[in-house]
Amino acid sequence: MKRIINEMKLRLPAVSVNEAVSRSVISAFMAELNPTVEELGDIRCAVSEAVTNCIVHAYRDLPEGKVGYIYISARLYEPREISVEISDNGCGIEDVEQARRPAFTTDSLGERCGMGFLVMESFTDSLKVKSTPGKGTSVLMRKNLKP
Amino acid sequence: MQDDVIFSRAAGTLSAKIQCEIDHHTSRRIRERIDERLISERPSILVLDFSGVTFMDSSGLGLILGRCERADVIGASVRLTGLSDTLYKLVHLCGIERVKNLSVRC
Ligand SMILES: Nc1ncnc2c1ncn2[C@@H]1O[C@H](COP(=O)(O)OP(=O)(O)O)[C@@H](O)[C@H]1O
Ligand SMILES: [Mg+2]
Repeated sequence: MKRIINEMKLRLPAVSVNEAVSRSVISAFMAELNPTVEELGDIRCAVSEAVTNCIVHAYRDLPEGKVGYIYISARLYEPREISVEISDNGCGIEDVEQARRPAFTTDSLGERCGMGFLVMESFTDSLKVKSTPGKGTSVLMRKNLKP
Repeated sequence: MQDDVIFSRAAGTLSAKIQCEIDHHTSRRIRERIDERLISERPSILVLDFSGVTFMDSSGLGLILGRCERADVIGASVRLTGLSDTLYKLVHLCGIERVKNLSVRC
């Protein structure tokens, strides 16, 4: 078992100001690993993608005035690894393989470009997506920082 | 608050210097501001200057692609400048350089 250095859980309403909030929190959380500018940028971007997906897609069918939640849970492991899980209780994804394909989007009118999953995958070492239609989606990312 | 997009005009070129983080939350306002000028000024080149952008995710790619489409309608091309290494990595990853009326200068 890898030893855990630190862990956190956060629940935020799925509203767009929380995109920047989640990036700031994750930056502060991983600061003790002294990430490089590139590593920090990668994680900030990957987290922003996953959180944005909860805000834009997961709760798209909620009635006006109702707001869903985003759940972020992160861990730092020895020697220099970070894992971040971002989940929602939203509409879920029917076909995850199709959703992960570059340029696939269900929201082209809003100028989404279908590159979110590609960014999460490329900027981390591993990306696992679990989703149940009608129940929600969970995205788990891991990244090893340079020694 | 600091202005999030600063415009300048020289001959047929309209430059938009973006000075904020670009995510889904901020991109709508940036897009509206740029489109308003693009439509009223009808330049032949739209320069998007990213030297003041401290963060961008794929919402920024949507913003760039959307402006290329708008520019194409009026026969204009789009040039990206001031991309940091971090932003260039994102732009490159998505193969955005293949868009026909778009050029990238770092
Ligand atoms: N949390 C989520 N809940 C429901 N659907 C999602 C979620 N995340 C992603 N999706 C689906 O996967 C598609 C691809 O996501 P992504 O690669 O981030 O591209 P984009 O957000 O630009 O559409 C989305 O258009 C959406 O249909
Ligand atoms: Mg997305």
